[in-house]
Amino acid sequence: MSSETEKILTTDGIPLEVSLKKAERKNKIKAFLLVAPLLLFLLITYIFPIGDMLMRSVDDKMVTEMLPKTFKSMEKWDGKELPPEEVFESFYLDFQKLVEEKRDGKLSTQLNYTKNGFKSILKKLRRKAKNFEEGNYKEQIMAVHQRWADVEYWRAIQRRAPAYTSQKYLKGIDMYKNEEGNIVSVEEDRRIHRILWLRTLEIAFFVTLLCFLMAYPIAHLLATLPMKYSNLLMICVLLPFWTSLLVRTASWMILLQQQGVVNDFFVMIGLVADDSRPEMMFNKTGTYVAMTQILLPFMVLPLYSVMKTISPSLMRAGKSLGGTPFVAFWKVYFPLTIPGIGAGCLLVFILAIGYYITPALVGGASGTLISNQIAFHMKSTLDWSFASAMGLMLLAGVLAIYWVYNKLVGVDNIKLG
Amino acid sequence: MALPKYTETRYRVWHYFYITICTCVFFFLIAPLFVIFPLSFNAEEFLSFSEGMKNLDPDAFSLRWYKDMIYGTKNPWGLAAKNSFIIAIFATLGSVLLGTVAALGLSSRHMPYKGLIMATLISPMIVPLIISGVAIFFFMAKAGLAATHTGIVLAHIILGTPFVVITVTATLSGFDHSVTRAASSLGSDPVNTFMKITLPLILPGVISGGLFAFVTSFDEVVVVLFLAGLENTTIPIQMWTGLREQLSPTILAVATCLIILSTLILVTAELLRRRSERLRGINR
Repeated sequence: MSSETEKILTTDGIPLEVSLKKAERKNKIKAFLLVAPLLLFLLITYIFPIGDMLMRSVDDKMVTEMLPKTFKSMEKWDGKELPPEEVFESFYLDFQKLVEEKRDGKLSTQLNYTKNGFKSILKKLRRKAKNFEEGNYKEQIMAVHQRWADVEYWRAIQRRAPAYTSQKYLKGIDMYKNEEGNIVSVEEDRRIHRILWLRTLEIAFFVTLLCFLMAYPIAHLLATLPMKYSNLLMICVLLPFWTSLLVRTASWMILLQQQGVVNDFFVMIGLVADDSRPEMMFNKTGTYVAMTQILLPFMVLPLYSVMKTISPSLMRAGKSLGGTPFVAFWKVYFPLTIPGIGAGCLLVFILAIGYYITPALVGGASGTLISNQIAFHMKSTLDWSFASAMGLMLLAGVLAIYWVYNKLVGVDNIKLG
Repeated sequence: MALPKYTETRYRVWHYFYITICTCVFFFLIAPLFVIFPLSFNAEEFLSFSEGMKNLDPDAFSLRWYKDMIYGTKNPWGLAAKNSFIIAIFATLGSVLLGTVAALGLSSRHMPYKGLIMATLISPMIVPLIISGVAIFFFMAKAGLAATHTGIVLAHIILGTPFVVITVTATLSGFDHSVTRAASSLGSDPVNTFMKITLPLILPGVISGGLFAFVTSFDEVVVVLFLAGLENTTIPIQMWTGLREQLSPTILAVATCLIILSTLILVTAELLRRRSERLRGINR
């Protein structure tokens, strides 16, 4: 049997199977070569830099490289009592070298991250160290400031010895490694990041819910109206979709300000007194209202494209079989729209969780999200490794949702407009 | 949506309730855009309706802020507009070129690891912009491209290609491959086949992908905020600074122009979508 199939040859005398495989491979390579330029471009300019963020977020070589002698001599120190003279001497030598190279400022910033109070005692040390005599550095340094005689500060320095650290990730969820090496939470009143994470989740969740509640009826209306009306109404969804995000945020800033149109209207209908106009911007309300309107089209469009495929005769059949319109809707129509609901909700949630511009403009202090914190550390504190760590934590969350989205809807099924 | 005569009262009430809700939502969606329009003609320096405007007094309206937008020296809107257009045009060309070629490969049924590669190519659209911004900034700073037009164009190509890949693969999904085989059998080489047969057929998808890429670049602010220097300022950056610092009516004049631009883009996109649906034989 098999000898018979082997006999099928192409005109060149090569077995057909081999020839087909060759053609297949050629096609595979051809297809791959078409994708290769974009793939390569994205790998170099985008995917690897995200990997670079990962490196930065755990990288702690800076202090390791600034105090090489100190960390070498600290290896033998058990950390229970004040370190021996040797450690003080090498710290003095390392520090003098940094002062010469004008890098002591960076060291003081870095050590201050580990323990508050390093900035001032390093400044003092720099001033006094010029007049140090050779030998007995331990006493000379301890005489500069009482904190230098505090073993806690030396332990803080020792904690910066490893070249890699998970400290930035712990800081992102308001935790840290204490002196004994246990991971603990910071004091209750300083847990700012946890509040931000929770607030981001809360705002993303409620914006998604609001978008769903508003988008479902209008998507249904658009899908059931005759074409000539629905095309006209579709413009109401598509015009905001295509309009600049900043323009839409600007319009909300005008509407929601204290002397703005919404407040004017409230005063006119007598809901509030003219002198007690409520603050609707620079707080959570502003973020909710503006984000819901801006993200609403992203919910309407997937819902609409699913509802459009549902035949109206299904509802009629449901009703003719004895269901009231509500029962027919709940048992027939609603289950059919679930793929659209899933797609819309996940899309809006993913977009909302990483929102930056709108909360920064209308959110004030109580309406900002985790993205704003990342931008703050990138631009103001310049703690890029912390910004990277928080960015990656956010990314991990988004990728998890994206994975679910891919399982439920499939990326290749995303429809635009 | 006229109701049949036999409808019971409670369903009649429900129906009007439903129509009211829909009207409110449509109003919520579209009304904020229209508040900008009249206010941009305000003669005063306030961002709220003056008494004169409420009484439709012609003296309360002026083109003052449009003049300021064009001739004003405080805000470099001219430079910003020039930069925005240059960056968006080059970013669109780059995205369309890379995206279309990649989509052709992805639509081939021989493509290995299709799911994984598609997910990678789409990722800039899914990853939050702030993270993309940080990552791209690290790359551009290392490559010495921060605060250059080239750097911003490359960044916008990254953000724009997913849209082109999605729209073009969608168009190609309804593509009849026998026409290209027919062209080859008639002696056409692959490049000629692409230019004469494939491209004209997928053009609506390519153009609408290009429109998305253009709008993405033209409206992009997060990544540009990390990358741009003073020389590379764009319209979104100027708007961002203006909204954060001094909210002047000039911004509303610019916003009005942007709304007109987006209306034009919307009309083009809609015409293209309908044409491509007609070509694919989807008549709904």
